[in-house]
Amino acid sequence: MSRIGSDDWVEQQELRSEYYTGFTGPARKAFDRVGPGPRFFAFLAICAIFPFFPTVADSDFLIRVGVNVLLFALLALGLNIVVGWAGLLDLGYVAFYGFGAYMYAWLSSSQFDVHLPTELVIPIVITASAGLGLLLGLPSWRLVGDYLAITTLFFAQIFVELMLNLDRLTPPWRDEPLDVTGGPNGIPGIDDMRIFTIDFEQTRDYYFLLLAIFAVVVVGLYYINESRTGRGWRASREDPLAAELMTTPVNRLKLLAFAMGAAVAGLTGSVFAAVQTGVFPQNFEVALLIMIYAALILGGAGSISGAVLGAIIIAAVPEILRTPENARYLFYGVLIASLLIVVRPWKRVAGIVAAAIVFGFAAHEIVALIWPDVVVGVEDGGLGGLLDSWVLVVDDHETLVNFAFVFLVAAVLILTQLRGESRMLLLIPTIYLAAFVWENRLVAEPSVTRQLLFGAILVAMMTKRPQGLLGTPRVENPI
Amino acid sequence: MDVDFFVQQLVNGLTLGSVYALIALGYSMVYGILKLLNFAHGEVYMFGAFIGYFVLSALGGASSPSIPVAPLLVIMFLAAMLGAGLLGVVIERYAYRPLRNAPRIAPLISAIGVSFFLQASALLLFTAQFRTYDTPQLIPIDTTGRIDAGPLHISLTRILVIVSTIGLMIALTLLVSRTRLGKAMRAVSYDREAAAMMGIDPDKVIVATFFIGSALAGAAGVMFGLVFERVFHLMGFTAGLKGFTAAVIGGIGNIPGAMLGGLIIGLAESFSTGYISSTFQNLIVFGILIVILLVRPTGLLGSPVLKKV
Amino acid sequence: MAALLELKEVSKGFGGLQVIGHLDLTVDEGEIVSVIGPNGAGKTTLFNLVTGIYRPDDGDIVFGGQSIVGMEPHKIANLGIARTFQTLRLFLNMTVKENVMAATYGKTKARWWQSALRTPGSRREEKEVEKLAEERLAFFGKRLVGYRMEQPAYSLSYANRRRLEIARATGTGPRMLLLDEPAAGMNPVETHEITDLIARLRTEGGYTILVIEHDMHVVEGISDRVVALDHGVKIAEGSFEQVATDERVIEAYLGAKAVRDEAEEAGE
Repeated sequence: MSRIGSDDWVEQQELRSEYYTGFTGPARKAFDRVGPGPRFFAFLAICAIFPFFPTVADSDFLIRVGVNVLLFALLALGLNIVVGWAGLLDLGYVAFYGFGAYMYAWLSSSQFDVHLPTELVIPIVITASAGLGLLLGLPSWRLVGDYLAITTLFFAQIFVELMLNLDRLTPPWRDEPLDVTGGPNGIPGIDDMRIFTIDFEQTRDYYFLLLAIFAVVVVGLYYINESRTGRGWRASREDPLAAELMTTPVNRLKLLAFAMGAAVAGLTGSVFAAVQTGVFPQNFEVALLIMIYAALILGGAGSISGAVLGAIIIAAVPEILRTPENARYLFYGVLIASLLIVVRPWKRVAGIVAAAIVFGFAAHEIVALIWPDVVVGVEDGGLGGLLDSWVLVVDDHETLVNFAFVFLVAAVLILTQLRGESRMLLLIPTIYLAAFVWENRLVAEPSVTRQLLFGAILVAMMTKRPQGLLGTPRVENPI
Repeated sequence: MDVDFFVQQLVNGLTLGSVYALIALGYSMVYGILKLLNFAHGEVYMFGAFIGYFVLSALGGASSPSIPVAPLLVIMFLAAMLGAGLLGVVIERYAYRPLRNAPRIAPLISAIGVSFFLQASALLLFTAQFRTYDTPQLIPIDTTGRIDAGPLHISLTRILVIVSTIGLMIALTLLVSRTRLGKAMRAVSYDREAAAMMGIDPDKVIVATFFIGSALAGAAGVMFGLVFERVFHLMGFTAGLKGFTAAVIGGIGNIPGAMLGGLIIGLAESFSTGYISSTFQNLIVFGILIVILLVRPTGLLGSPVLKKV
Repeated sequence: MAALLELKEVSKGFGGLQVIGHLDLTVDEGEIVSVIGPNGAGKTTLFNLVTGIYRPDDGDIVFGGQSIVGMEPHKIANLGIARTFQTLRLFLNMTVKENVMAATYGKTKARWWQSALRTPGSRREEKEVEKLAEERLAFFGKRLVGYRMEQPAYSLSYANRRRLEIARATGTGPRMLLLDEPAAGMNPVETHEITDLIARLRTEGGYTILVIEHDMHVVEGISDRVVALDHGVKIAEGSFEQVATDERVIEAYLGAKAVRDEAEEAGE
C-alpha cells in the first residue's frame, strides 16, 4: 500500500485520524492538524484574555477568584517541572508553597516584628525555597519512584505538623517559649507588598502582580524546556541510565527540577500570604496537593498549556460548587459531557437522556404514590424548577442516600466493563441514581464533592487518558 | 528510672506495633508482587475499622451486645477482614490493573486518587464525627480483664490484639511457605511472565494477594478501634504512612521484615510519646525512615535486588 | 599506536558469581576490536564496567592514560566513551533529532537561566547543537534525515532505531564507541550495511571501536582483532582466523564433543 519514498507510519497516522469517532472526533482531527508550535501560540493568545479580566469582573469576589486561578496556574507550572518534565513524583510539593508563605510572613509581619522591604524578601524566599527543594530532592538520588513519593508525602505531613506545633518551642537559650509559627492560628497581620514604590493593597493589585509573574514564568519555562536543560530532563525521564551514559548528569538535573519547582511554589506562596494577609497551617494540607495534581494530570503533565488549562478548570470548580444553582449546572453539564464522550455513537446520547428522563418521572411518580411524605421538592429556582418532578429528593433518609452512593460507585465501575446494549441499559438507572445522590447530598456539601471529584479525576485520567487534555500520548520502554 | 512507666510504654509500643505490622504486611505483599506501593492501603485499614464499628453497633453496641463477647469479636473481625479484602480487590481491579504495563508513575498517581476518593467517601458516608468502640464496656478493664504482675499492667484487650496479630502472622507465613497459593505468590513476585508460562494465572494470584493484604489491614483497623477506641475518616492517612515506613524498615517485600518494622515503629512512637512528647512522634518516625532509606535502603531484613542491565 | 583503553586484571562478581575474572584487554587508538563469546560470557558486563555502570572489584581501567575506575558514568561519557545497548534504549518519546541533541549535553554549557533569557551565547550554542545532530544523522544516508528528524523515535523501524542509537552515541563527540550487538535482529542486507557502517565509522569518523557481536560475518568483516571470552575469562585473542579456529573457542560455543568430533574428522 505504501508508495516508494513514503513513510508507512506517517500514512497510517493520517488514516487513523480519519477514523476519529465520537462526539469529540472533529475536534480531535482539527487539533491533530495543528502542530505543537501553533498550539502553544494559540494558548498564549488565550492567555491574552487574562489582563482584561479585572475590568470585566465587577466584584472583589470575582477578582479574588482570578487571583486563585493565577496562583493555581503557577503552582501547576511549578509541579509540571518536577512531575511532567523530570518525571519525579513529588508529593511534598505543597510544603514548598507553605514554606514560601511562612517565610514571607516571618520577614514581613508583626510575628517577629521584622519588616524587610519586599524587594529583599522575594529573592530571599525564592532562594530559601530552592534550597529546601534541593534538600528534599537529595533523597531522589537514591530513591526510585514509589519511595520518593512516600518520603515526600511524609515530608509534607511533617511540614504541616511543624507549622501547627511550633508555637511553643523553648530553645535552650531562652526562658519563655518562642512562638515561631503561630500554631493553629497561623500568622495574621502580614504586610502588603511594596515593590519599587508600587504599593499592592487591593486584591486587584495582586492580580496584576501575579499576572506579571505568570507571564515571566511561562515564557522562561518554555525556553528552558526547549533548551539543553529541558532535553536533559526529558532524557532523564525517558531512560535515566541511557541519559547518564549520553553525558547527562541525571542526579544533578533531578535536583535542579526539585529546586526550580520549589522556587516557583515558594514565590507563589509569598504572594498568597500577602493576598490573604495571613498564613494558616490549614492552607497547605494534602487536599491542596491533590488539587494541584488533579489540575496537572487533567490538563496534561509535561505541557505548559496543559498545566494552565488544568489549573483554570480545577480552580474554577470550587467556585462553581459554592452555590447550589451554579453547582447544578456544573453537575448536569459534566454528566451530559461525559455521556457524549463515552457513548459511541454519540448520537445515541439523545436517546439515553430521553430514556433517563422518562425513567425518572416514572420513578418519581411511583415513589410519591407509595410513600408520599418522603418526597420533598427541589428548593432552588433555575434548574431546580425543571428537576422538581423528576429527581427524587427525600427527607431525612441519610442511610438510604449513603447506600445509594455506594451503589452509584459500584454501577459506574461496572459500566466501565460493559459494552453495547447492556451498557446503554445500565446507564439509564445510573444517571438517575447519580442525580439522586447529587440532589440529596452532594449539592449541599461542596467540599466533599470537590474531594470526590479530584480523587476520581486522578484515577479516571490515569486509566483512560494519561496524557491529559493537552498532553501528547507517550510510549513506554518495554524494559 | 520508673520501671512501671517503661513497661507501660513497652506494652503500648507492642500493641501499636502489632497494628502497624499488619498494615505493613499488606504493603509488603503488594509491593513484592507488583512493585507497586498501594497508597490506598491506609484507607482500606480505615474502612476496616468502621466496618468493625458498624457491626458492633448493629449487634447492640459495646454496652449491651446481643451476643456474647467472644463470638461478637470474631464476627467483627471477620466482617472487617472480608469487607476490607473486597475493597482491596475492587481497588486493584479498577485502579491498578488497567495500568499494569504503564510507567511506574501512573499507578502511583491512580493510587493517590483512590486514597483521596476513599477518604472523601468516608467523610460523606460517616461524616467527620468520631466513632468510639467504647471497649471498656465490652471487655472490662477492671480486675477481671487484666493482668497485673509486678511492673506489667496489661489489659485483656491489648493481650488479645498482640496474640491475634501473632496468630495472623503465623497463618500468613504458613500460607506463603506451605500452600500452593503461597508458592504461586512467590513465583509471580520473582518473575511474572515466567510464572505465567508455568501455568500460574498472575491475575488470580494478584487478586489473592490484595485480598489477603487488605484483610489484614481490616483486622488491624478493628484492633486499633478496640485498643484506642476512636475511629474517624482521616485515621488511614497517617497510619498508612507509618505502615509503609514499617514495611520499608523491615525490607519491603519481606514478611518477617514487616513484622519487625511494625514493632520498631510502634515502639518508637510509644517511647517518644512517653518520654519526649506526642507532638513530635511523627517527626521521629519520619527521621527513622530517612535514616534507613539512606543507610540501608533494602531494609533491615531485605536482600539487595540485582537487576540485569 | 597508543593504547586508548586498557583493562588490567579487572574482576567483577555478583552475589558469589564471578562474572569477569582477571581480564586484561587493550584497545589501541583507531582499532576495531570485536569481543565474542557465548551468552553469559560477561561481554555486556565488560561494557558496563568500562562505562562506569559497575565498579570493578579488582583491577584498573585506564582510558586515554587516565584511570576511570569509580568515576561517574556521565563523566566517563564526557571523557570520550559512548555506547549502544543490546536491548535498545532510545529516548522513545523524543524526536529523532532530539535524541542526538540530548547526547550533546556534556559538550555544551548553556545554563538554565541563560536559556530562559535567550542570551546570544545560548542561542548560538543551540543552533550549533542542532547542526551537529543533523550532521550525525546524515552519516546514515537518507534514512534519518528530512521529515524523519522531527518524528518521535518510537515511530522508527527496528533497523532505524539501531542506527539512531549509534547516531546518538556519536553525538557525544566520543573517541571510542562501544557497540553492543549492533547487528542483532537484522536481516542479511541490513547486516551487510552494518558492516560497512562500522568500517565507515572508523575511516570517516575516526572512532576507535569495540564491538560485541554474535554474527561471525560481521566480526570477520570488521575486526582488526578478536577477543574471545568465556565465563568471564579471556580464552583467545588474535585475528579472526586465529580465534575462529582456536580449540577453546570452539569448545566454548559448541561444547567439548564438537571439538572431539572435529578432531576425529580432521584425523580421518
